[in-house]
Amino acid sequence: MIRRLPHVDRIGIEERAAWLGKRSIKTSAKQQGIRLAVSMVDLTTLEGQDTAGKVRQLAAKAVCPAPTMPEIPSVAAVCVYPAQVPVVHAALEGTGVHTAAVATGFPSGQTSLDIKLRETEETVAAGADEIDMVISREAFLSGDDARVMEEIVRVKEACGDAHLKVIIETAELGSYDHVRHASMLSMEAGADFIKTSTGKAASGATPGVTLVMLEAIRDYVERTGRPVGMKAAGGVSTSKAALHRLVLVKETLGDEWLTPDRFRIGASSLLNDLLMQYAKTQEGRYGRSEDFSKE
Amino acid sequence: MAATDDTPRTRITWDYAPAPESPDHVRLRDSYGLFIGGEFVDPRDGRRVASVSPATEEPVAEVAFAGEADVAAAVEAARAAQPKWAKLPGRERAKYLFRVARLIQERARELAIVESMDGGKPIRESRDVDVPLAAAHFFYYAGWADKLQYGVGGRKAKPYGVVGQIVPWNFPLLMAAWKLAPALACGNTAILKPAETTPLTALLLAEIFQEAEVPAGVANIVTGDGVAGAALVRSDVDKVAFTGSTAVGKDIQAALAGRGVGLTLELGGKSANIVFEDAAIDQAVEGIVQGIFFNQGHVCCAGSRLLIQESVADEVTAKLWDRMRLLRVGDPLDKNTDVGAINSAEQLERIEVLVAAGEEEGAVRRTIACDLPERGWWFAPTIFTDVAPAHRIAVEEIFGPVVSVLTFRSQAEAIEKANNSTYGLAAGIWTDKGSKAFEVASALKAGVIWQNTYNKFDPTAAFGGYKESGFGREGGPAGLRPYLRVS
Amino acid sequence: MTRLSVRKTYKLYVGGAFVRSESGRYDRAMSGDDEHVANVPRASRKDVRDAMSAARKAAGPWAARTAYNRGQILYRAAEALESRGDALAEPEELAAAVDVFVHYAGWTDKLPAVLGGVNPVAMPFLSFSLPEPTGVVGVVAPDEPPLLGLVAEIAPALAAGNTVVAVISERWPLPALDFAEVLGVSDVPGGVVNLLCGRRAELAPALGAHRDLNAIVDAAGDDELAAELDRLAAETVKRTRHGAAAGSYEDATDDALARLEAVTELKTAWHPIGA
Repeated sequence: MIRRLPHVDRIGIEERAAWLGKRSIKTSAKQQGIRLAVSMVDLTTLEGQDTAGKVRQLAAKAVCPAPTMPEIPSVAAVCVYPAQVPVVHAALEGTGVHTAAVATGFPSGQTSLDIKLRETEETVAAGADEIDMVISREAFLSGDDARVMEEIVRVKEACGDAHLKVIIETAELGSYDHVRHASMLSMEAGADFIKTSTGKAASGATPGVTLVMLEAIRDYVERTGRPVGMKAAGGVSTSKAALHRLVLVKETLGDEWLTPDRFRIGASSLLNDLLMQYAKTQEGRYGRSEDFSKE
Repeated sequence: MAATDDTPRTRITWDYAPAPESPDHVRLRDSYGLFIGGEFVDPRDGRRVASVSPATEEPVAEVAFAGEADVAAAVEAARAAQPKWAKLPGRERAKYLFRVARLIQERARELAIVESMDGGKPIRESRDVDVPLAAAHFFYYAGWADKLQYGVGGRKAKPYGVVGQIVPWNFPLLMAAWKLAPALACGNTAILKPAETTPLTALLLAEIFQEAEVPAGVANIVTGDGVAGAALVRSDVDKVAFTGSTAVGKDIQAALAGRGVGLTLELGGKSANIVFEDAAIDQAVEGIVQGIFFNQGHVCCAGSRLLIQESVADEVTAKLWDRMRLLRVGDPLDKNTDVGAINSAEQLERIEVLVAAGEEEGAVRRTIACDLPERGWWFAPTIFTDVAPAHRIAVEEIFGPVVSVLTFRSQAEAIEKANNSTYGLAAGIWTDKGSKAFEVASALKAGVIWQNTYNKFDPTAAFGGYKESGFGREGGPAGLRPYLRVS
Repeated sequence: MTRLSVRKTYKLYVGGAFVRSESGRYDRAMSGDDEHVANVPRASRKDVRDAMSAARKAAGPWAARTAYNRGQILYRAAEALESRGDALAEPEELAAAVDVFVHYAGWTDKLPAVLGGVNPVAMPFLSFSLPEPTGVVGVVAPDEPPLLGLVAEIAPALAAGNTVVAVISERWPLPALDFAEVLGVSDVPGGVVNLLCGRRAELAPALGAHRDLNAIVDAAGDDELAAELDRLAAETVKRTRHGAAAGSYEDATDDALARLEAVTELKTAWHPIGA
């Protein structure tokens, strides 16, 4: 299979992404946008030092981010390493918030396919209903698109009923052409969501990369009729950045994609900035970090 | 949970709330005189007229329309000021123009709002393109004032003397900057005649000249209509610079016949925007939109003829149509507006006449659906497909948000079609193959060629046309030479 | 009752910060009448090393800015010098220094048009030549005039996109050290200009011997030093320029092209024309 890279013009795509960042989101649009963004957050902790205590507190925050503002919805999911899945699953029982887990040798993916599949199966069995896998960058950068796709197909099988997000790790791919290509491969192989990054690499969901992936989804859906979601992870740490991503979604895929079923933001510190900005729209005061609990 | 689940979902809509740019810090006089000899003066034989917002049809401020005696007074003031201005060391002239640049930057927001109010273009464009570029032009040419010898190959150069400059309504402040900055840097003095419907930012520029203490008579701003323009062309100026329609440009060129007056013309266009099958298609679509819907298509170099390679014509047209439907038409002062008002009732009529002709000729018209305000002059973005090269909508300049789509099979055919025009202002080339981009660029008879982009302007890059799109260049060192006599 | 003034502690200007010499040494700055006016730092080879490191770090980002942006920054430095310059020099010298800065601010976006261009090669290729900054430029300023003499040498280097490490006037250091404060309040990024005060005989050779320096511009007017700098430059094929101290605006700008060319590299690129 000889690789044919699609053409993406870097200057053009970055210009369009930046241009959409100039949309002025005020008043009612801002409030609605922030609430939407909260509902799309995959509240994430992926640290060596995560413990049951830590993730339980995070789960509580995920279910009720701001007790003083009851109109703020729960987030979409809590995202953790496989070892923390049982604790998170129990804490989220009956809340409607999903238990998402990374798997397949996250973040580097530098391990055997067998191990990746076993990890996926165990994690789903432990209660994860969403799996975030990483593509094999080793295979991709060697030009072995067939192997990249094969792994995704097998992991999707191992997921059973759980939905599969495929992390393409945009910072390691080389160019926007490669980002678009990896997006296409992932969707052809059955991804339910394509995701920008692990959050552990040099850059994440920049506006340019997000737009390239959204356009890839748009064209794939147009061709096949099968909707695929997108998760922007890494680098979206302010409300302004989150609203910018929502504008990109709206003006590429339409309002239909403005739902947690189709768009997620992987974040940790973003949530409190969303709450602070929301509070400001209500009270007209610039906030401080103490106004909301960190966890 | 898979993305293809069937749980019923309320249809989400997320609308952008109004985001108006507030004009409450803008200081406009109720009535402006003519700026002659460093002062605002009452017209002698002119009259007062309200300048109206094309979005609301409401008056914004009152200005003077100069009569022949007014124009003569302005030319006299410029003539009186010229020798001293030219004798100033270049470094001193430079510093006046640097001051002007800085003041434009300081008053940027005010200028942008007034530009949008007076002319109808979206605030996002006047704020992000027109005003910053105007400042940049003054900055750039200020820096030439003491380096002129480097711009003319080390030869001797003297200013022309007194220059008459007539600018259009599509980029009022920016065109004023394109004209005044190089002229003054070279030691000329000037009389600028802004367009009839958009006098206000030029008058604010006059205030800036005053604040910068530019000597009286060096720059004179004489607002008015065709009467003033004709009087200026017939007057005692040493050179005329005109940006506007080809028809008027030809009249001016004829009027100056045999008089030995210098002339540069920047006229109309029907520029070809060429998309090859190996282009980055999504970015090309964006470029097409920037090429013809930027500034409501009121752009001399607009990519109004879209030439698509047949193998990708359906794909590009479909994507273009989907993208057009995202364009937001409305209040120029709303920060989310993409397409503003048509500048005047006259211009709107011209557009409507040509669009009707296009339908009659058999081209297929699609216009986006949008709510247009009750008052004001508006035209919704429109695309014509099945256009033949002989159609009026493929030949004549519409100067509105209307794109005509034609197809081609080979590179040679694209070049032939693109060049088959009496105009030759600009062209766009979309391909990912560099050698093709340069080969096509070499073959096109157009003064400005954008590869994988469109409507990009910079003070350092020369701009101007071939054939009936005019002659002379603005921008770069080439922009100096029309204002100098080189020996 | 007369008020006691707060005396300035003069520092070096390195990496955008005002620092003492790592050597801890100082010199006494003397007036024309041999009065002790102030203490000034006596920089060492290690200060040269630190300044070079700061200049190199700033070089990439400075060169990456648009020419327009660099021009704006240099113009703003001129604004700052105009408004604060009374204490730095006599009115005539100050006026010339400000105007020289403005002159070179206006060069940033014109240099490619004058030094570069498209080459009409006799083959189907687009060939163009573009000037680029050489990188980090060392400047040895003359003793006099202490402000204008320095500005005349650093402004062209900055306009061409380089960063600078300068050894200032040894006899009259205060104007240049005050000038550092002017730069500190302008928009010139830290590390783009670094000013070292001390003994020229120590510092200039240390600078000229630094292997990471790309070019050396010498206006000291000392033939022996000039020869030594040339010998040191040969070790890494540095670009060199020797010139007389600029005593006027004309001195500093008449040969602008030569000053600019001395600190630029010309890159020529080719690309086929033909699909």
